[in-house]
Amino acid sequence: MFITVAGVKKEEADGLTVAQLVVDENVEMPQYVTVTINDEFVASGTFESTVLKDGDNVEFLYFMGGGQ
Amino acid sequence: MITLKKFDYDKILAHAEKELPNEACGLIAGVVEDGVTIIKKVYLLTNIDHSNEHFSLDPKEQLAAIKDMRAEGLTPLGNWHSHPESPSRPSDEDKRLAYDSRANYMILSLMDRENPVLNSLKIQGDRAEKEELVIVED
Repeated sequence: MFITVAGVKKEEADGLTVAQLVVDENVEMPQYVTVTINDEFVASGTFESTVLKDGDNVEFLYFMGGGQ
Repeated sequence: MITLKKFDYDKILAHAEKELPNEACGLIAGVVEDGVTIIKKVYLLTNIDHSNEHFSLDPKEQLAAIKDMRAEGLTPLGNWHSHPESPSRPSDEDKRLAYDSRANYMILSLMDRENPVLNSLKIQGDRAEKEELVIVED
């Protein structure tokens, strides 16, 4: 299947989960990452059970915050 | 060195003043040419903490900004936020949450309202290093 990750089209094996994609993409500090699929936010704690489908568009968003 | 257009500096300042007493925040995007980081576009995002001591970018707005950067061929460079009542230097929380040592972190201090101070920093662990920031005329 083909999916788009951060704007780049990639061929991936069927059954790929969000959790595995996070590993495959070498996402740094995954605890600070939010994932969207087709602009929908994936609930935290469901990365293992969320299976990607052909044509999905995935984005990784890093939490950005701080305080004075 | 990092450059910021005067127009964009004014945009950040106006937004930060409008959001007082809370912290304001956003993203910066641009290009890196010959070792010079050039900010081409600034994004004004919602601080979903609505706090004068903390900020968190709105994830939906962040997603829209990232897509806009990609569409315009710009590189995400980092973020900016304001300190309404403290100096333009990263707090312990700023350092703890600065997970990307390559990013540019800009902090606008409004502690002295008549003399706002904007700094751009690289943060790695507990260390923060100020970059040379040049405001360029449009």
